[in-house]
Amino acid sequence: MIKYLLFFLPFIVVAAFIVMAARDRQRNRDAATIGFFRRNGPVLSTYFMVAVGFWTILIIVLPQLYMVEYSFRHNLTAAEVGGPKDVYTLANYHFLLFGRPSDNTAMNWLHIAVFFRTIIVSALVTIFDFCFCYPLAYFMAQVAKGGGARLLILCLIVPFWVNELLRAFAFKILFATSGLIDTLLMSTGLISDPIDFLKHDIGLYAGLSYAYMLSMIFPLYNAIESLDRNQIEAARDLGAPWWHIHLFVVMPFAKPGIASGCTLVFMLCAGALAAPQILGGPSSLWFTQLVYGWFFAAFDWPRGSAYAFALLLSCIIFVLAMLRLFKVSLTEIAR
Amino acid sequence: MSSPTLLRFTIGGYMLLFFLYLFGPLLIMSITAFNTPDYPQAAPWEGFTLHWFGVLFADENMMRGLGNSVAIGIGVVCLSVPIGLAGAIVMTQIYSRARGLYYVVVISPVLTPGIILGISTIVFWDRFASTIGAGYNSVFYNGFVLTVIGQASFISAYSMLIILARLQRFDKAQEEAALDLGASFTQVFRHVLIPFLRPALFSAAVLAFLSSFENYNTTTFTILAKTTLTTVLSGRIRVGMTPALSSLAVCIIVITLAGAVVYEILKRREDARAAERARTARMAEQQGMLAVGEPVSQAV
Repeated sequence: MIKYLLFFLPFIVVAAFIVMAARDRQRNRDAATIGFFRRNGPVLSTYFMVAVGFWTILIIVLPQLYMVEYSFRHNLTAAEVGGPKDVYTLANYHFLLFGRPSDNTAMNWLHIAVFFRTIIVSALVTIFDFCFCYPLAYFMAQVAKGGGARLLILCLIVPFWVNELLRAFAFKILFATSGLIDTLLMSTGLISDPIDFLKHDIGLYAGLSYAYMLSMIFPLYNAIESLDRNQIEAARDLGAPWWHIHLFVVMPFAKPGIASGCTLVFMLCAGALAAPQILGGPSSLWFTQLVYGWFFAAFDWPRGSAYAFALLLSCIIFVLAMLRLFKVSLTEIAR
Repeated sequence: MSSPTLLRFTIGGYMLLFFLYLFGPLLIMSITAFNTPDYPQAAPWEGFTLHWFGVLFADENMMRGLGNSVAIGIGVVCLSVPIGLAGAIVMTQIYSRARGLYYVVVISPVLTPGIILGISTIVFWDRFASTIGAGYNSVFYNGFVLTVIGQASFISAYSMLIILARLQRFDKAQEEAALDLGASFTQVFRHVLIPFLRPALFSAAVLAFLSSFENYNTTTFTILAKTTLTTVLSGRIRVGMTPALSSLAVCIIVITLAGAVVYEILKRREDARAAERARTARMAEQQGMLAVGEPVSQAV
């Protein structure tokens, strides 16, 4: 029942808006406003409505709604569908928090730990990327002008068209036991025994920070570039030290860019699958790997959906927190 | 500004570190593609070889995956660019009270982790198929179709943002002039708006293809029984390390560099042409003003 209700929900919302628009237009009649259908003609109107309707309803909204709906169901065989077991349940979320009833621990510590590790490491990677990229973004936007800046941008873009998987592979070569860094450290005598960087997840952290640097640097660059250089000069003339200028002039101005970069990096990092699969140590997991496991190792799609929804929820909370913290709107973030 | 030399030194050191981090791993990986040992290693150097490129091109699964990736990329371009165009135009015309909600909905795929887009796509179409009673060999379980649809969710949003950025610079006067001269809105769309948007449509198509080609997170869920370059690659890397994979990276880097150079040349030529046009227009304007302002001297 809810299944069918969900299906028609987006259509009802769209219809409601169309009716409201028509009524609004009727109420304040003026020659300047023309209805959507009259303005674009039958062919274009149909194209716009079909394309946007297909995209928003069938590609974006309904799949998300159904993923959530599915996460409240049991994993049933085809024969059991429609039977007495085909009911809504909280079992999948219960499992995420408490594990199997037969387990002797009160909570599902293994999965909860993976979840918090994913969130905390993603936040740390975001902070690191911001600190590491901010100086270069500032340099590109305010110091290097014209041709130099364009060359720098090109230098930045090229490595990022190399596949995410191959970038992780490069880090695996670099950090492997008796790999280059290991050999280098041993030959300089800094360490005596080889270090397993991958086992300690150092390779993973380096790879994650590397993978999403570009998503940090471009929003920052765009925001700082539009800052009038005279403002910096004025602050300097008034005797502000350099860190004062950055903290109280550049950063407040670049707030939308900072929020945008941090949101993107956090989201990409928490949702990363390739880097953890390739660079993750044998004993440590990323939350996305748990989701992947439910889908393709355990074939329990409802439980996988529940885990995916938990991840989505934490990302939404993070985005809202960033919007609140930086006092910017979503329009400014997604550019 | 205590000591300019110290400052310059710090900036130089930072830049060096940054670009070492940026290019170092890729450089090392590229070197391993040409070294003879069958485990990817950059040092010690044991001899130059092109053997690993041969191994790569002889890898049938990889080549089939490449073909599939290209086909999916083309499919995504064909779906995402028209959707992005419609999405951008609807954004400018939509009923103002619905605009906020519409914006959140169409932007959400950009801010959603890729694996969730993939999962929601397969779950939804699986449920849809089971509701209408379609079997496992129907279109709803086809890895190609699902991947194109799953990737289109966020790539259409990229396209829309690119097109919207150009649309906002569209001079309404052009449209009004065409309407005054008796054109219909449909004609304005075809003969004024589309030519104006052509560069943005082109950028959107290129970006859509590249994003689709290198996507892994969404694809790995939606592809089901089929393969793409990225899914084959991920399997290979997890199974074992071979320099053949490094040679694939070298190929991609070379193609990207070539693309970047071509883009830069085209951009310079475009800039030069725009500057030329602006100068011609300015000169024509000045001559026109001269002609109006000094009719006597012109007559002489």
